[in-house]
Amino acid sequence: MGHAAMRVDPAAIEETAKLLYIRALKVLPDDIKQGFQRLDAGETDATGKSILATMIRNIAVAEKTDNLLCQDTGIPIYNVRIGRGVELDGVALKQAIRRGCERATREYPLRSSVVHPITRVNEHSSCGVLVPVINIDFTDRAEELAIEMIPKGSGSENGSFLKMCIPADGIDGIKTFVIDRVMEAGGRVCPPTIVGVGVGGTSDLCAHLAKVAATRALGSACADSEGAKLERQLSAAVNSLGIGPQGLGGDSTAFAVHVEIAATHITMNPVAVNIQCHSARRATAIFTPDGVKIGF
Amino acid sequence: MTHHDLPTPITEAQARALVIGDTVTLDGALYGIRDATLIHMFDRGRKTKFDLAGHAVLHTAPNVRKVPVSNEYPVGYHPVCVGTTTSARMERFTRPLMAGNGVRLIIGKGGLMAETSRAFAELGGAYLAIIGGAAALETTWIEAIVDVDMDDLNPESLWQFQVKGFGPLLVAMDSHGGSLYTAVQKTAEDRRAAALAGMGVKPS
Repeated sequence: MGHAAMRVDPAAIEETAKLLYIRALKVLPDDIKQGFQRLDAGETDATGKSILATMIRNIAVAEKTDNLLCQDTGIPIYNVRIGRGVELDGVALKQAIRRGCERATREYPLRSSVVHPITRVNEHSSCGVLVPVINIDFTDRAEELAIEMIPKGSGSENGSFLKMCIPADGIDGIKTFVIDRVMEAGGRVCPPTIVGVGVGGTSDLCAHLAKVAATRALGSACADSEGAKLERQLSAAVNSLGIGPQGLGGDSTAFAVHVEIAATHITMNPVAVNIQCHSARRATAIFTPDGVKIGF
Repeated sequence: MTHHDLPTPITEAQARALVIGDTVTLDGALYGIRDATLIHMFDRGRKTKFDLAGHAVLHTAPNVRKVPVSNEYPVGYHPVCVGTTTSARMERFTRPLMAGNGVRLIIGKGGLMAETSRAFAELGGAYLAIIGGAAALETTWIEAIVDVDMDDLNPESLWQFQVKGFGPLLVAMDSHGGSLYTAVQKTAEDRRAAALAGMGVKPS
């Protein structure tokens, strides 16, 4: 590479993992705030309009009172992207993130929303078996380590669905599945939402892609042109159903439908839906040799 | 569309006077309850020390901070962030809460279903919709955590809040068979075919 590897101290990662969890719970990203303004401008239903106004007010109250936007601290997810020129101990990285997540919970304190799936015991640490979820990926940007934190709320996470459609179902089967699941979820997933759709892959990859889609910034588009076309069609269709904010009627059912795709098998046509609520929270830290920058 | 300022607890007549589209603001005691609380009460036979007759229950599990017991904090809990969870998971507990404990009002988000509508009609109750995800605002309506029961289930304890100006909440299901959720669902079903056709989906 021609230069010394960039190193990041695990203690700095731990502090950042803690800070990101608390910040994500308090401050909505700018793209989501702009999404609210766009929906509010286009909403024609009186109830829908008044609900959007309350949600927008809540964003301001959370910032003014330095409080959490939503009581649901979610399942903590950390997406880590490691540059080619970054040298680190992967085990230490994961341990540091876990410690930061636990410290945010105990020291703030946050409600731990995480329990053992069989005993239902809550350790009051937001941690448990394989939680926080830590996804690791890599980037070409040599001297950069990015950590994105997403507290994924359960009301919308319970709006998750997978169908192993068959090739004969075609794209029509995928479109129909998405519309029917949005109708089924109704107001339970805290609309207006971001509807994440995974198309293709294996069953687990398909479900993961739906989550990637649901947590992507508003204004971004699927890198695949067919996927981007599907996003536009589904966004219009979902918002024609009249479900509206909180499922109480209106035009603003979703900020957007996002699609992510993967190649799939000749015999397969999988589709997954994962929904993000209007409290579409995320926070990101980017480590470079110049220091750490916190954003969305 | 009438606005009702209701001190809690309320009577059956007050509950039956509520009609979908009305708004309600509550003052007084309000109880926080959710999945684990209800599972322990109705599937495992635990009894609460609270008299819930005529009261409103909120589907919640708050963020709290432990503080020394004082007049302001009678049980040593400061309400950090109190919001509302999705009600649908608690559908089967509405009737026993009403029939067994005398609860009149359910506050939640996303709505409840047909069995709850029947319980409201038979026993006199209503569902008040709050804006889910607007917890920072909701917290400003909470004066104190007055008492707590079944705290081994924390954060899913049975919480007694003191509230002031808690609302406006929208009456979304009433004792006359009315449900805004059913109406919206019907609209969506009516529009489904056009939504699919608009994307070029052939009718199956």
